[in-house]
Amino acid sequence: MIKIDINKKLHGGHGEMDLDVNLEIKQGDFVALSGQSGSGKTTLLRILAGLEDSKGRVKIGDELWQDEKMMLPSQKRKIGFVFQDYALFPNMSVEQNLLFVKKDQALAKHLLDLTQLSELKDRLPNTLSGGQKQRVSLCRAMMNRPKLLLMDEPLSALDPAMRTKLQSEILALHKEFGTTTIMVSHDPSEIYRLASRVVVLNFGKIINDGLPKDVLLKTRGSQKFSFEGELLDIVKVDVINIAIVSIGQQLVEVVVSDNEVKNLKIGQSVSLSTKAFTPMIQGL
Amino acid sequence: MIEIFQSIEYEPFLLSFKLAGVTTLILFIISVPLAWYLSQTSSRVKPLIESLTALPIVLPPSVLGFYILVALSQNSPIGLFFEDVFGVKLVFNFTGLVVASCFYSLPFMVQPLQGGFESINKNMLEASYISGKSKLETMIKVALPNIKPALMTAIIVTFAHTVGEFGVVLMVGGSIPGETKVASVAIYEMVEIMDYKSAHIYSAIMVIISFLVLLSVYIFNGRQSKKFGI
Repeated sequence: MIKIDINKKLHGGHGEMDLDVNLEIKQGDFVALSGQSGSGKTTLLRILAGLEDSKGRVKIGDELWQDEKMMLPSQKRKIGFVFQDYALFPNMSVEQNLLFVKKDQALAKHLLDLTQLSELKDRLPNTLSGGQKQRVSLCRAMMNRPKLLLMDEPLSALDPAMRTKLQSEILALHKEFGTTTIMVSHDPSEIYRLASRVVVLNFGKIINDGLPKDVLLKTRGSQKFSFEGELLDIVKVDVINIAIVSIGQQLVEVVVSDNEVKNLKIGQSVSLSTKAFTPMIQGL
Repeated sequence: MIEIFQSIEYEPFLLSFKLAGVTTLILFIISVPLAWYLSQTSSRVKPLIESLTALPIVLPPSVLGFYILVALSQNSPIGLFFEDVFGVKLVFNFTGLVVASCFYSLPFMVQPLQGGFESINKNMLEASYISGKSKLETMIKVALPNIKPALMTAIIVTFAHTVGEFGVVLMVGGSIPGETKVASVAIYEMVEIMDYKSAHIYSAIMVIISFLVLLSVYIFNGRQSKKFGI
């Protein structure tokens, strides 16, 4: 059981902010940490890793990592951290990056096999692609069999195909090692696929906490399609107006009335909804 | 042509390089921890230390030479101490030159190293701490290997700068042949006595050696960038 009760004054882009988090996480859970940029997600991860100060208590099982009197340094906490920019050691090969954490050849080999990196084990990081670097970063984080695995938007710099592939590998590693994991992510499908719990931060406070299904779904049992997107353009064709909206990675064209056009501004966030009567689902 | 090269004395050059070599080695040992400390700390003392370290760049060499002479001479507390305890004089000999050169070239070793350490990706250092490595181990195994260009610059510039030293060396060392008459001092004397032929030869040799040293540094740095992507 991980008990977190911390408080820290942050100077964010929106002015001063109070990061105030009180959280309990069960051993082996996979928690997604979500929320706007600047809401304190990365800071929370760094506090748990011992990279930043804060007031309060952090306790992992029976081990006290932080309280009013002491703060255990990062070196003594058994954590793994996957940075958004990978942070690999450029002067060491893939295998050496792993062995630097712990000289466990067998574990290193196993992790490299699981993530299909075995053939690249003697390569230097600057010869690897983004997806490969992130897999190395993931393996390296697992090398000292951490009690807590922290991931800061590990897949945000990758293209969709690579993201999906890496999500599978993260899932596989979690299944095998059962490491308690906290992952910062903005991607709903990613959160849904990997996490058993979502915590949403806003301006330093938790505003939502629950199952991915409950937190992420924009509509609840109303049989309606509802999507958030960005209005890219409104084009007038003969007598009708066509709005082009970007939803996720796709563009759609929607007919809009003159009245609706009056209230819309190009570039704003919009919500598109319609009744979901017998939609057609087709495998691609 | 060849007789020219056979007739000149090589002692001043050897002295210059010996002085530069010893100074560079000592400064390297002192500066790596200092530069690392400066790059990692945000203490209020930092600007003070940085200013002190940079002082030799802005001070006229004669000022530096004068104060070192005063501080190390046989009449000063430090000079007396060394004479009594170690039987060693610190002025007008090679030892005094080394001490003076260490002060004179300190910023040229510290600043590139500090810059190198500061430009390292902080996440990478944090990844090392999270892996259980101490700050010292991180500095040696992760930081130093990844600032090879800065290391090279620091060592070569310190070496070259010390070879080029003139004012401080003249004040603290005098011009004792075989002991403190380094190349730069020797050339000065040749001009004073109007032996321009020797001055030309010595100066040309200095230019060629300096240029070759710089060239090899830049070539090395180029290769490092290609290999490590730094």
